[in-house]
Amino acid sequence: MKVKFWGVRGSIPSPGPSTVRYGGNTTCIEVRTDDNQLVILDGGSGIFPLAQTLLRELPVTANIFNSHSHWDHIQGLPFFIPIFIPGNSIKLHASFDPVSGEGPERIMNVQMQYSYFPIREAEMKSRIEYVTVMPNEIVELGATSVTPILLNHPVVNLGYRIDCNGKSVFFTGDHEPHFNIYAPGDDSYAEYQALIEEQRRTIVAAIKGVDILIADSSYTIEEYPAKKGWGHGTFDSSIELAIATGAKFLFCTHHEPTRSDDALEKVFAEALARHAGSMGELDVRLAREGDEIVI
Amino acid sequence: MTETSAELTKKLSAAVEKMPAFPKSVQRILELTRDSNCEPKELVMVIEKDPVMTMKLLRILNSAYYSFPQKITSVNQSVVYLGINTVKNMALSFAAMGVLPASNAAGFDVQRYLIHSLATASLARTLCQKFGGGAADPTDCYIAGLLHDFGKVVFAQFMPEEFRQALAMSAEQSIPLHVAEQNVIGADHSIVGAMLVEKWQFPKSLTDTIRFHHGDISTENMVQCCLFVANQISKKLTIGDGGNHVVAELSPQLVSRFGGDIDDIIARLGDVSKIAEEAESVAQGSQEASA
Repeated sequence: MKVKFWGVRGSIPSPGPSTVRYGGNTTCIEVRTDDNQLVILDGGSGIFPLAQTLLRELPVTANIFNSHSHWDHIQGLPFFIPIFIPGNSIKLHASFDPVSGEGPERIMNVQMQYSYFPIREAEMKSRIEYVTVMPNEIVELGATSVTPILLNHPVVNLGYRIDCNGKSVFFTGDHEPHFNIYAPGDDSYAEYQALIEEQRRTIVAAIKGVDILIADSSYTIEEYPAKKGWGHGTFDSSIELAIATGAKFLFCTHHEPTRSDDALEKVFAEALARHAGSMGELDVRLAREGDEIVI
Repeated sequence: MTETSAELTKKLSAAVEKMPAFPKSVQRILELTRDSNCEPKELVMVIEKDPVMTMKLLRILNSAYYSFPQKITSVNQSVVYLGINTVKNMALSFAAMGVLPASNAAGFDVQRYLIHSLATASLARTLCQKFGGGAADPTDCYIAGLLHDFGKVVFAQFMPEEFRQALAMSAEQSIPLHVAEQNVIGADHSIVGAMLVEKWQFPKSLTDTIRFHHGDISTENMVQCCLFVANQISKKLTIGDGGNHVVAELSPQLVSRFGGDIDDIIARLGDVSKIAEEAESVAQGSQEASA
């Protein structure tokens, strides 16, 4: 199994001299499984450079799994060149959105409107299929299975676990560990606490034993209080999740767009130091555009 | 039920999707959501005091689009699963459908209905806490109380003429409203309420509790017991008005389960004026909001 990072930045593409080492593209991860399935996790701006490499291996069969519909996870999709080339087969998987009442079709439909994009949806020449996935319902792709897990973000967000041939990777998409909306002493505090603890156990069980965990680590613990409820994790929450699930590798991603490469390395080192005694064999890295890992 | 019951459920189910919520909650949702930092728990408090919003939220959460390991029975659970922002935007979309009119062609007072539902919900929760001995979740009792008469507000909105006749028959002949509904409509509000939530894949326990709230409740089932007793108490103390003034007798099994008859239970509940005041303040606001 090969995992390659094409976009590791959160919120908005952030090119420039201060982000050149880790990269400015928004979220996109390429996964090649042992039975040669191409799984693409999210279609942020990083999907554009990935698309260039796919032009060498036409026709392309790609399964894109979208964690959620915020711009930084979908904005590259209209630039995913294989969608315009006849003979390619693309499946876009995403959750049902309870507010609009629509599924993945809306992600393309909304972006490819006349005012925003020159090519109409009807002009995509590949075979494109929209698949509404449900939490916990496994999608089988040959010997590869993809399991969507409901996480916590201001819009419905699915994390995906990919398993093939005994190797596995889990990508959180955007996720903030659940917190209690009640204050201690409120009538509903204990009930809510029990609910979120159960949900946390469910999430840990779903990720348990994964080889590679790729987790939203947008903030430092110092920054977090001002960003509580925005739907993102911290370096520390990701490390704690990796320890709880027994992951072998943790890649911290969704880097803050204003964070320079130097600052990123500094806050990452501080987080590692805080957990130095409890990480065991866990290998923690910063996700970096262009890096790949083979397991 | 007759063959037409499936058609009736389908028709009413589609109608409920467009049904507006209560004025006070619509107003509060619009106020709260103007501030992007509004307290999540305040949003929850508003939604869980509105049977229409609660019903619509749980309907989507329990739909086939999410295969949650267990059925969703509370607003808090909805927030844990979908996140507060999604629940907030769902509430806003419900609020965008306008407000439930205070008057309808059936002559059914929806404000008094709301008071009855809220009081029954709070009483059922309190009964469960005091007498339940851990046999049921007080939150389940609250939801059952809030939603038990939902069929009535559906009748008032979508079958007003028939419901008006049933209300009149119940008052003139001093018979329970559900008996009059069966005579006039061929189905009563407990059956229709249960059929709707069954169609929306609510948990069977809640469906049964709504279905049997005028019928053969199981004295083994604490939620059904608490709802039945709470419903009779709110009628006896005339907190709100669900259109049915007949207070049913507690069966000997219920008397033994709660250790006394309805007057004993009311005495042991202590001061319920707070429950009545709270329910009335929500509906009072509803009148102001709709004025």
